[in-house]
Amino acid sequence: MPMLAKDIEKLILESFPDAKIKIDDLRGDGDHYAAYIETKAFIGLNRVKQHQMVYKALKGKMGNELHALALNTSVPK
Amino acid sequence: MEDSIKVKITDLIDKNEVMLFMKGTPNMPQCGFSAAVVGILNHLGVEFNSTNVLQDDNIREGIKEFSDWPTIPQLYVKKEFVGGCDIIREMHENGELIQLLNEKNIEINQS
Repeated sequence: MPMLAKDIEKLILESFPDAKIKIDDLRGDGDHYAAYIETKAFIGLNRVKQHQMVYKALKGKMGNELHALALNTSVPK
Repeated sequence: MEDSIKVKITDLIDKNEVMLFMKGTPNMPQCGFSAAVVGILNHLGVEFNSTNVLQDDNIREGIKEFSDWPTIPQLYVKKEFVGGCDIIREMHENGELIQLLNEKNIEINQS
């Protein structure tokens, strides 16, 4: 079941209010996204931990409604 | 997760220095993300073992809980969870993967 980019963004912002987010719908099918997320919350964490935090923010949707979300996480420069 | 599944997963990770939980087999991956990680490991000439989560639903769901990671593939190197497809790809591109394999004394036979 596809998910809208704005719904992904909303969930991420709920957990990381300061986040800079850019979401691309890679195939235009609402099912394959790439997201760039930059937030202070990631400071000092390795990539696995950063992605785990994003998956938590998505409340179990990743791997279910959301089939593919390529993540690129970063801390503010 | 049942204890028996946890034991099975722990056993796979303990006994195989480079362990990939994937969909399908290295010769016949059943998913593009699994195929991508197999491609990178083959490109680096790293010996690895894999398990096909599509053949065992307990492992498929168990490994997600075990790693606190919602997707397959998942790569473990010497018992450490390294990441899924995005992370492996990124680490391959920026050289971190080779660095990690070197640090962990995993043989690389890049052709």
